[in-house]
Amino acid sequence: MENNRGFDEQKIIDIISEFIRHNFLLGDKNKDLDANVSLYETRIVDSTGVLEIVDFLEEKFGIKIEDDELIPDNLDSIKKMSIFVQRKMGNAS
Amino acid sequence: MLVNQFLTQSIEKYPDKEALICSGWRYSYKDIGEKVKDFTNILLTKELEKSDRVVIYLENSLESVVAIFSILEAGGVFVVVNPQMKSKKMSYIINDSGAKILITDKVHLNQIDDVMGECKFLQDVFLVDYEDSLNVKNKTINLNPFNSVKDIIDKRNQVLNIVDEDLASIIYTSGSTGFPKGVTLTHLNMSSAADSIINYLENNSDDIIFNVLPLSFDYGLYQVLMAFKFGGTIVLEKSFIFPHHVLQRIKEENATGFPIVPAIANILLRLKDLSKYELPSLRYITNTAQKLPKKTIFSLIDAFPNVKIYSMYGLTECKRVSYLPPEKLKEKPDSVGQSMPNTEAFLVDDRGKRITKPNVIGELVVRGPNIMVGYWNKPEETAKVIKTGDDSKDRLLYSGDLFSMDSDGDLYFQGRKDDMIKTAGEKVSPKEIENVLYELDDIQEAAVFGVQDDILGQAIKAVVALRKDSTLTDKEIIGHCLKHLENFMVPKFVEIRGELPKTTTGKISKKELIDN
Repeated sequence: MENNRGFDEQKIIDIISEFIRHNFLLGDKNKDLDANVSLYETRIVDSTGVLEIVDFLEEKFGIKIEDDELIPDNLDSIKKMSIFVQRKMGNAS
Repeated sequence: MLVNQFLTQSIEKYPDKEALICSGWRYSYKDIGEKVKDFTNILLTKELEKSDRVVIYLENSLESVVAIFSILEAGGVFVVVNPQMKSKKMSYIINDSGAKILITDKVHLNQIDDVMGECKFLQDVFLVDYEDSLNVKNKTINLNPFNSVKDIIDKRNQVLNIVDEDLASIIYTSGSTGFPKGVTLTHLNMSSAADSIINYLENNSDDIIFNVLPLSFDYGLYQVLMAFKFGGTIVLEKSFIFPHHVLQRIKEENATGFPIVPAIANILLRLKDLSKYELPSLRYITNTAQKLPKKTIFSLIDAFPNVKIYSMYGLTECKRVSYLPPEKLKEKPDSVGQSMPNTEAFLVDDRGKRITKPNVIGELVVRGPNIMVGYWNKPEETAKVIKTGDDSKDRLLYSGDLFSMDSDGDLYFQGRKDDMIKTAGEKVSPKEIENVLYELDDIQEAAVFGVQDDILGQAIKAVVALRKDSTLTDKEIIGHCLKHLENFMVPKFVEIRGELPKTTTGKISKKELIDN
């Protein structure tokens, strides 16, 4: 786990994008990955993928995600995830 | 009864009652009826004839529901395909069904534009989000708005007489040859199955069903058909993604019925505290498509002690076969119970002889008005599964599923006769995936099979041998599959080996791969 203060918004977006590119787009470098687009409506990620993302965010950013935080407002797009992660890290410190 | 009469009957009985809740909108039976009337007339203006096939390629939506009932009202046959389907398979299904009309949206049309030129019979595409500037590669295809603004002429008096023995739907399922097979169903098939299920679930017009399953999956489709038949309400969601969100929505909508597959149960049970979700309105949860693991059943009972849980079994070819009454679930968690009303189920041995002794494994055979007509345009495949019984009037469906029956007559699933994989509630043909793998020049040998998985039941594994000096990686192989297969068919694991084990006759030995 890295120091919480080491992550600015762009860094968080980059880390999450890299994870999604690696695990869900599988090396398809041509495919655009827009941070604002819904990962579920575009079918990039499915319900089991959400669990993988949650595990990744918890481990990578040292946060704990509660059941009632598993909602589209927090996890629908990379941008929403990054805002959510920042808020969680802010609360934690 | 005709399937479209499910709707007309409920419009008469409950015109102002909520029929469909979808994407934040709420529609009464009267609202749905108006929309169906308009689109039926649009279809008839396009000279849709009796039993013409119309393909629906959309996410769960108001339009997909309106399309289904309009096609039937116009005398046609609806074919709902998975919105995740990729272009090659789409063109196969459009051509195989001989569809003249496709109903879709811009995103999905774009997904299959490269094969539009290959769709021989297709004349018209209706877009739910039509724009004037759109065009497709195949210039002979007309693009039309789904919601026409022009004056609609009432042409419904032209509809030829449809009887319940006429075709209502073709549902495509994965075929063991690698090509999908169209299960052809009459109005009577569908109406009989719906009646039997409504009977044992004790549905009535107070029921509100919360559906996250795609309408391309018969289990999802029947939620809409049944709700309209008993005059209830259907809450239609696009998919099951966020467990907390879904449970909240069930509570908000006071849903009484929640159909699931094991993958959904397993994801719900990953929540840290499922029991804190009080769902006082929920009367039942149904599970089918794959057996619920015993552990999952007991966790669900603990989390929802006041909810009836139905373990059921079926196949698209006859919709549903059996269910276990919820009160027997604790005593027989591994069983899927006995045949549903108006259906007979029994086991036969290798020679087709009825098994009468308990606890002997045999193939499950089904008889009833719900059994399909056959596979569309595939008489040989049909003859393999539909046979006549001792009384030559009987049409029997051979399920390909192996079961045993205890002394009370309750059924226990034991496995498949062939190598079909059951993953996340879907039946998947290994051959279909192997065909896609072999499209990569570097792959010399490929074998696909199911491996045990906590969430999916079975996860798909591919073992491949590559051409010498190939630099192809497992990620690249999965990436290739993602482009050509629906997501649930994409292997979760790819293992690269020097060569694959063979049988004495030189064929790839899947048994050896599975056992090791």
